[in-house]
Amino acid sequence: MRISPLTTQGIAKVLLALACAAAVVALIFVVGFVLAGGLRHVTWAFLTQPILDMGRAGGILPAIVGTLMMVFVAIGIAAPLGVASAIYLAEYTVESRITQGIRFGINCLAGVPSIIFGLFGFILFVVILGFGWSILSGGFSLAAMILPTIIRTAEEALRSVPRQYRDVAASLGATRWQVVTKSVLPYALPGILTGIILGIGRSIEETAVVIFTAGSAVQMPHSVFDSARTMAVHFYILAREGVSNENAYATAAVLICTILVINVGAYSLMHRMMRGRRVA
Amino acid sequence: MSQDGAPRMETMPRAKIEIRDVNVRFGATRALKGVSLDVFAHEILAVIGPANSGKSSLLLAMNRMIDRIPRARVEGRVLLDGRDVRDFASVEELRRRIGMVFALPIPLPMTIRENLLFGPLMARRLSRAEADRRVEASLRAAFLWDEVKDRLHTSALQLSGGQQQRLCIARTLAVKPEVILFDEPCSGLDPISTAKVEEAMKELKRDHTLVLVTNNTKQAARVGDRTAFLLMGDLIEVDRTERIFTAPAQRRTEEYVTGQFG
Repeated sequence: MRISPLTTQGIAKVLLALACAAAVVALIFVVGFVLAGGLRHVTWAFLTQPILDMGRAGGILPAIVGTLMMVFVAIGIAAPLGVASAIYLAEYTVESRITQGIRFGINCLAGVPSIIFGLFGFILFVVILGFGWSILSGGFSLAAMILPTIIRTAEEALRSVPRQYRDVAASLGATRWQVVTKSVLPYALPGILTGIILGIGRSIEETAVVIFTAGSAVQMPHSVFDSARTMAVHFYILAREGVSNENAYATAAVLICTILVINVGAYSLMHRMMRGRRVA
Repeated sequence: MSQDGAPRMETMPRAKIEIRDVNVRFGATRALKGVSLDVFAHEILAVIGPANSGKSSLLLAMNRMIDRIPRARVEGRVLLDGRDVRDFASVEELRRRIGMVFALPIPLPMTIRENLLFGPLMARRLSRAEADRRVEASLRAAFLWDEVKDRLHTSALQLSGGQQQRLCIARTLAVKPEVILFDEPCSGLDPISTAKVEEAMKELKRDHTLVLVTNNTKQAARVGDRTAFLLMGDLIEVDRTERIFTAPAQRRTEEYVTGQFG
């Protein structure tokens, strides 16, 4: 017997809604579990004190500072480099074997496990270039890790800008660079920023790369040449070595809140920038 | 009567654009086959022909927008005031002198005023007063000023289709081109909007030279001083518009303008 289109339509709708609900429930469970277990241990002192007794006591201020510094270095390197590469690929090259090769390479790089980037960073930045275990080495290695993501999302965003905008700008006497900066980039910005935010998220949550390249010093870092641990590494060590479950969950709660604040902040910044360019 | 139907005047009409034996290829496809043609100063040259006749390729070769199509190759010479368009050191300068209006209105997603100043600001800075003058003059020339003068700072996307196309004409005018290429500018417009655009074109030829590619033979008859008929990449005939529509020299021209194919 043939099932009527109305029935299949109904079944499809229910299945799709269930899939979406499952994703939301999983998210709520994970975030809720961590926040419920961690938030009550998060005090002002926890946020502002040094790490004492390997994390059993004190706070996580050095880990917060270390996280921010390392993500700042990573994004500071990867965002300009990634966006520039994407602009080159999307606006300055004609589709050919070479660009297809480059794109294939980028896609492969995006799928490489982070531990490989950790090992690469350790050999290149820590040993060969002599940066030692430091925020600088960690930042560079994280940048290498998130670069493919940023290039891919930025290129997608650039390509989604209607071709006609480029034609109009060129017909009005704009140079290629003016075409890019005045009539393509402004409209690709939301997509580009999404890629950068993804990169920030991946850098913050990364442990393997950071342990290999930035070490796990508990002291407050004073410059990018100091070793430091990020919140994710701190959490990993506390939980894995059974140092302190309470402080581990408190760290995780702070980590999740940080990611939330960065996402909300970045998107509201983007909305403010886009307001003048709002499409009717 | 000159050979290609140039209007007889006291002096010989001055050729603004000379097209000499131009071939256009897209990969293995030949879009234009050795076309030679003059565009006289202050005329409206209508270019008609069925789809794939090479009309747009001819247009794009004039302001070198064809350079932006990766597989396109152009042979032969296109001269602007006697100077080969490929000899322009900056293609941007060429495109400021030969402006273009596209088939569909493409307002950039910004305000009306920003749309109009987009082109001029690519070349240089403008004083506030200069910018105001440029905006008003361009909008007046495109017969749009009265409709939008009170909302220059609202999004151009809120305009109707016909208004958007006149905005695009005004935006092209704001760059102060000498020649304006129209690539089927009314293909998406209703008859009333089309009439307004045609009215603007007739006014514009006083200060500009116009080339109008159109699918609509009646439009060519209404606004063209001369009309060129292209078919499969060949220039079949170019003559004064009334001759093309009443007594064409070629049988294929007659068949096309009387609607027997196309």
